[in-house]
Amino acid sequence: MSGSIVKIENLKKSFGSNKILNGINLHVEQGENLVVLGKSGSGKSVLIKCLIGLIEADDGNIALFGKSINSIKEHELNAIRKRVGFLFQSAALYDSMTVRENLEFPLRDLKPITPEEINSSVEEALKSVGLEDAVDKMPSALSGGMRKRIGLARTLMLKPQLILYDEPTTGLDPITSKEISKLILDVQKKYNTASIIITHDVECARLTSNRMVVVRDGILVAEGTFTELSESKDEWVRSFFK
Amino acid sequence: MSNNLNNGESVELKKSTFLLTSPYLKKVRAFFEEVTSITRFVLRFFKEVFRPRYEFSEFIKQSYLVGYNSFPLIAITGFIMGLVLTIQSRPTLAEFGAESWLPAMVSVSIVREMGPVITALIFAGKVGSGIGAELASMKVTEQIDAMEVAGNNPFKYIVVTKILATTLMLPALVILADAISIYGSYIGVNIKGQISFHLFFLQVFQALSFSDLFPAIIKTFFFGFAVGLIGCYYGYKSDSGTEGVGKAANSAVVFASLSIFIIDMIAVQLTSLFM
Repeated sequence: MSGSIVKIENLKKSFGSNKILNGINLHVEQGENLVVLGKSGSGKSVLIKCLIGLIEADDGNIALFGKSINSIKEHELNAIRKRVGFLFQSAALYDSMTVRENLEFPLRDLKPITPEEINSSVEEALKSVGLEDAVDKMPSALSGGMRKRIGLARTLMLKPQLILYDEPTTGLDPITSKEISKLILDVQKKYNTASIIITHDVECARLTSNRMVVVRDGILVAEGTFTELSESKDEWVRSFFK
Repeated sequence: MSNNLNNGESVELKKSTFLLTSPYLKKVRAFFEEVTSITRFVLRFFKEVFRPRYEFSEFIKQSYLVGYNSFPLIAITGFIMGLVLTIQSRPTLAEFGAESWLPAMVSVSIVREMGPVITALIFAGKVGSGIGAELASMKVTEQIDAMEVAGNNPFKYIVVTKILATTLMLPALVILADAISIYGSYIGVNIKGQISFHLFFLQVFQALSFSDLFPAIIKTFFFGFAVGLIGCYYGYKSDSGTEGVGKAANSAVVFASLSIFIIDMIAVQLTSLFM
C-alpha cells in the first residue's frame, strides 16, 4: 500500500430538494479493498458514479491518481477512466454483442494493438474469471453470476488500477455470491488493484474488505475493519452485522 | 367606486399570480427546455460527426439494419400504394376521357409526394421506434454508462452512426419504393385496361422531369435525418426505467412523423419558390 489513489473531500450531491451526499470525505490506498456499507438509497451508488464522472457533484473535490477531476477536459477524464474499472449492478453487458465483442470493446481506442494481443487479453481476462468457454456466447445465454463474471472480465481488459464494484453480489444466491467475493479477492491479489465495493451484503463485506466505511444519510458515520465495526458502540452500525 | 377598483385590481393580480404559477407556464417552460435540449443534441451530433475516430464498421452495420432490413416492408407498401392509387384514380380520369393520362398522373404523384412521404412515415414507424426503444433499453440497463466509464464515446458509436445510416438509407429506400410503386401502377392500369410495359414507362418518363425527382430526393435526406435524430434523442435521454422504453419508442414515432410533415411542407414551399 503506497499513497492514496482516490481522495474525496466534502462531496455533496442533491437531486432537487433531496440531499443524497452531505459532505463525504474518503480515501483509498493502492492495493486496498474499501467496502462502503449502507442501507439501500443511502447514496452509495451515487458516490461512485460521482467518482467516475457519470454524475456531476454539486460541491467538493474528487482526486483520482493525484489529479482532480472536477474541472478537467473530456479527453483527460477519459484517459483517467481507462485506469478505472466499473462493475455495474446489472453487469451492463452490451446485449447486441457476443462475450468476445463485449471484452474487445474497451480496447477499441487503444492503438496500436494487434489482433493477437487482443485475443490474448480476452483469453487472460476470461481465464481470470473462469469462463473461457463462454467466449462466443451472447449475454442473454448467461446466468446472473456468469454475467457478473463477464462484466468483471470486461473491466480487467484495460488492466485498471482501481475497480469500482456496485453491489457485486445483489440478486445472486449465497454460493454464487461467495464465488464473486472470492473473485474480487483474487483480482486484488493478481493485479494489485485498489477497489471500492458498494454493498449491503455483510458476508461479501467480511470476505473482501481491508477497511470499511458506513454511510448514513449521505455522511460517513463509521470507519474501521470488519471486526471493529461489528463490535461498534453505535447500535445502528452494529445492526448491520446481526 | 374605489372598492370596485380595488376588487378589480385584486382579480387582475390573482389572474397574473395564477398564470405565473399555473401548469400552463410550467408547460411553456418545459417546451423551451425541450427545444434547448434538442438543439444541444443536434450541435453535439455535428461536432462529433467530423471528429475522429470514424466508426465505419458500425455505420455499415447500422446501414444494413435500417436499410436492407426495411426493404421488404417498404417494397410491399410501395407496390400497394402504386396499385391502389391507379385503381382509385381511374374512374375520375375516365369521366373526363383522360384515362391515357393515368401513367403520367400516378408517376408524378408518387415521385413528388406519395413515395417520399409514405415511405418516410413507414420508416419512422419501423426504424424510429426501434432506435428509440433500443437506446432507452441501453440507458436503463446502464450499457451507455458502461461505454462512458470505459473511456469510449457512446454518442459517437451509437448516435452518430445511427443518424448517418438513417439519413443515407432513406433516400435509397425511397428511390426503390418509387420504382416498385410505379410498377404497381403498371399492374393497376392493366387490371381494367391494356397497355404494354414499354408504352407505360415511355409515358411515365415523358411526364417526369429532373425538377420532379431532385427536390423529392433532397427532402428525403432531411426526413431520414429527422427519423434518426428524434429516435436517438428520445432513447438517449430516457431515464425512467422500463416505462421510459415505451415512452421513448412512442415519442420517437409521433415526433418523427410530425417532423416529416413539417419538413415536407417547408420543402414544397421552397420548391415552388425556385422551380
